[in-house]
Amino acid sequence: MEELKELYQQVILDHNKNPRNFGELPTCNRHAEGHNPLCGDQIEVFILVDEDTGKIEDVRFKGAGCAISKASASIMTTLLKGKTIEEARKLFEQFHKVVTSDPSSNTDVINLGKLAVFCGVREFPARVKCASLAWHTMLNALDNHTTTKVSTEQL
Amino acid sequence: MSNIDERLLEIRQDFPVLNRLVYGKPLVYLDNAATTQKPKCVISAISDYYLNYNSNIHRGVHRLSQEATDEYEKSRKIIKEFINANNTNEIIFTRGTTEGINLVAHSFVRPRLSKGDEILITYMEHHSNIVPWQIVCEETGAKLVVAPINDAGELIFEEFEKLLTERVKFVSVVYVSNSLGTINPIEEIIKKAHSKGIPVLIDAAQSIQHMKIDVRRLDCDFLAFSGHKIYGPTGIGVLYGKDEHLDKMRPYQGGGDMIKSVSFVRTIYNDLPYKFEAGTPNIEGAIGLGKAIEYVNQIGFDFIIEHENQLLEYAQEKLSEIDGLKIIGTASRKASVVSFVLENVHPHDVGTMLDVDGVAVRTGHHCTEPIMRRFGVPATTRASFAFYNTKQEIDILANSIQKVIKMFS
Ligand SMILES: Cc1ncc(COP(=O)(O)O)c(C=O)c1O
Repeated sequence: MEELKELYQQVILDHNKNPRNFGELPTCNRHAEGHNPLCGDQIEVFILVDEDTGKIEDVRFKGAGCAISKASASIMTTLLKGKTIEEARKLFEQFHKVVTSDPSSNTDVINLGKLAVFCGVREFPARVKCASLAWHTMLNALDNHTTTKVSTEQL
Repeated sequence: MSNIDERLLEIRQDFPVLNRLVYGKPLVYLDNAATTQKPKCVISAISDYYLNYNSNIHRGVHRLSQEATDEYEKSRKIIKEFINANNTNEIIFTRGTTEGINLVAHSFVRPRLSKGDEILITYMEHHSNIVPWQIVCEETGAKLVVAPINDAGELIFEEFEKLLTERVKFVSVVYVSNSLGTINPIEEIIKKAHSKGIPVLIDAAQSIQHMKIDVRRLDCDFLAFSGHKIYGPTGIGVLYGKDEHLDKMRPYQGGGDMIKSVSFVRTIYNDLPYKFEAGTPNIEGAIGLGKAIEYVNQIGFDFIIEHENQLLEYAQEKLSEIDGLKIIGTASRKASVVSFVLENVHPHDVGTMLDVDGVAVRTGHHCTEPIMRRFGVPATTRASFAFYNTKQEIDILANSIQKVIKMFS
């Protein structure tokens, strides 16, 4: 089934198996926890922002979840490093558009870069929350300097 | 072809949805513990009500209202006979199991609770048999006590007995666990509690569709179930209560139908069962449920039990052959529910991949988070069987699981 292949492309399977930037970041100055009560997915995002430049120096995540949520978190961390907070927010919006847009719409895959791997998610509305959890948690971490919890059921 | 196979073919014709395709593949519906499919006779009973005699009940003198009232009350009688209650006053229509448990928590248990009292449940309860008790405990200072289970997912009866102290004022237990399939030793639980004068509620949401339940033989004080899990519509359920209890209980909700007379000085509550049925009820639901139970009677529990046991055995055998698959819930007495986890593949991914093969299963914590924690898994994949399922469908499930494993290896 084509859609399924797209959802679980090699990239996602690979990030699921070998998640990048996995683990805690003790030196972080932004942190949030995310929870998807429907499937029990749990994630923590740790971000170290250079307060002078406003740039994300380092970002890590940990947690348990399905392949989509784990790969999404992993890919997200690889995209965030070196970005400013503003750029991170833009990336979030772009991501959000990719996973929630109408699957039949002609998405400009070339400009999406690495985000293009998330196109397959649109075909499976039940899985959008899985893909989004890390991203919402990341946004929450940036918005709050303290530890906060986000739940997909409030999104 | 064996007798069962022939019978099955006929039965499957009663469920039109079983003929549909999902992603171009025949639907394999294995999510019956979440809700069962509805036979044609239930669907037509509901449309017949709307097409021919839709009207409110217990209020009009006109013909339609009389017909609707008769059908509504006929369902109550069917249910009374189905569970062998003493009389129809003991059959309260609710929205479902959840509302039944909340009704008992609010109207029966809460007024009897003081600080330091205890309510005893088990580790394998559905959230709907946990949270209502937490609410009354919070309000009264009582304590919720939880009897443990073993690694097979069975109640540890000695521990349950030990927890059944004089502080316990109420016991509320699930008959069949929705996430593990475990059948609890409900007769012994009731006997033990009654020997200490403690009333018992049975959550029959996952047992009513699988086995003959006789409330008088069980001697339970209350029993709650949902229509939609026994081939009836959603939004309707039943609370059975011994009338000696129901009689003394205060109403759950106030409004129309539950009163005899109202003035601003004094309101006289209606007799049973109407005291607990405030407002216009789910008339189509009650009628549909009555029809569903007639249908189940017609199929017969002899067939249901024999066939579902075969499905369970076959599924456990087939799934156990799969490398890296672990069945969660291996009690010696089980209903036709198989929960499992795969090494390295999250249940959510399993669910999506089975879905595109047309196989509908439930993934997640099944509203039983404490059980998930007890077994150290975030979630499981659950296949739950009804009497219309076939061994071929279990083969499709097993093949589909093999494909998942291959993709993730
Ligand atoms: C064991 C058990 N109890 C209670 C319920 C709640 O039933 P309902 O949601 O129909 O009220 C369920 C439903 O999943 C269940 O499986």
